[in-house]
Amino acid sequence: MNWSEFFAMGGYGFYVWTSYAVAAVVLAFNVLLPLRRRKAVHKTLREFYRLKGERS
Amino acid sequence: MYKYASPRNFYHLAGRLLPWLTAATVMLLLAGLYLGLFVAPPDYQQGETVRIMFIHVPAAWMSMFVYVLMAGAGAVALVWNIKLAEVFAAACAPVGASFTVLALLTGSLWGKPMWGAWWVWDARLTSELILLFLYIGVMALQASIDDPRRAARAAAILALVGVVNIPIIHFSVEWWNTLHQPASVSKVGTPSIHASILIPLLTMAAAFKAYFFAVVLLRMRPAILEREKHTTWVAETVEESA
Repeated sequence: MNWSEFFAMGGYGFYVWTSYAVAAVVLAFNVLLPLRRRKAVHKTLREFYRLKGERS
Repeated sequence: MYKYASPRNFYHLAGRLLPWLTAATVMLLLAGLYLGLFVAPPDYQQGETVRIMFIHVPAAWMSMFVYVLMAGAGAVALVWNIKLAEVFAAACAPVGASFTVLALLTGSLWGKPMWGAWWVWDARLTSELILLFLYIGVMALQASIDDPRRAARAAAILALVGVVNIPIIHFSVEWWNTLHQPASVSKVGTPSIHASILIPLLTMAAAFKAYFFAVVLLRMRPAILEREKHTTWVAETVEESA
């Protein structure tokens, strides 16, 4: 198969590839944000239990 | 079944399900991309732009599916006071909003070469834009009220009122004259769409669905820990993961 023809998408390359790129970005963000949140929550909670332990 | 309605059991169940959902998402996405980009033929009218459909249509389906799930979970939370339903509804909102943004953006990128315009104020596009505003409203309510229970209730009421928009989106192409093409897959009887297009489309739709459940669990797990931080099991879980 011809790769330059494949990327040209019959002259619609810009629209097709931008669509797939936007999808990749949106899907990636929805994985990265919860992972960051997970890390942040674990950190906050460890701190929370440490302070609680010191007080009691 | 009841066993998993407890936050603790659900947290651990979600942890066990996540690797399987991730694997299913990756495999379905790879298969869908291969079928959609290499196997599916160009459309006789729309040429290669038809490949935008493999993103656009599953994203649009998910935008409505997630909304109905979110409103349903909101109703369950309102009626039976189930904490897990509140956490689920809260996790749905940003993911559903993302699918709505994706549907709108890819629709724009498809509309420009085919209709000659990035945007038209027609019934389908306008009702999908309203869906995005509903998601944003739900997220804003959840974020603006400190008490998680009251936040969940307010968001659930807005989500339930907004459900009226879902049939409007679905039937907009039949009720009004629009530029947007009518549904081809869900038409009663035989779908008016060839298998070479339908199979990649359904594969991508399955991939998006698996992806949705994976990222919702990913969002729910830390949210459960936060809501249950006064319990000993969360204290133990957090210490273990350190």
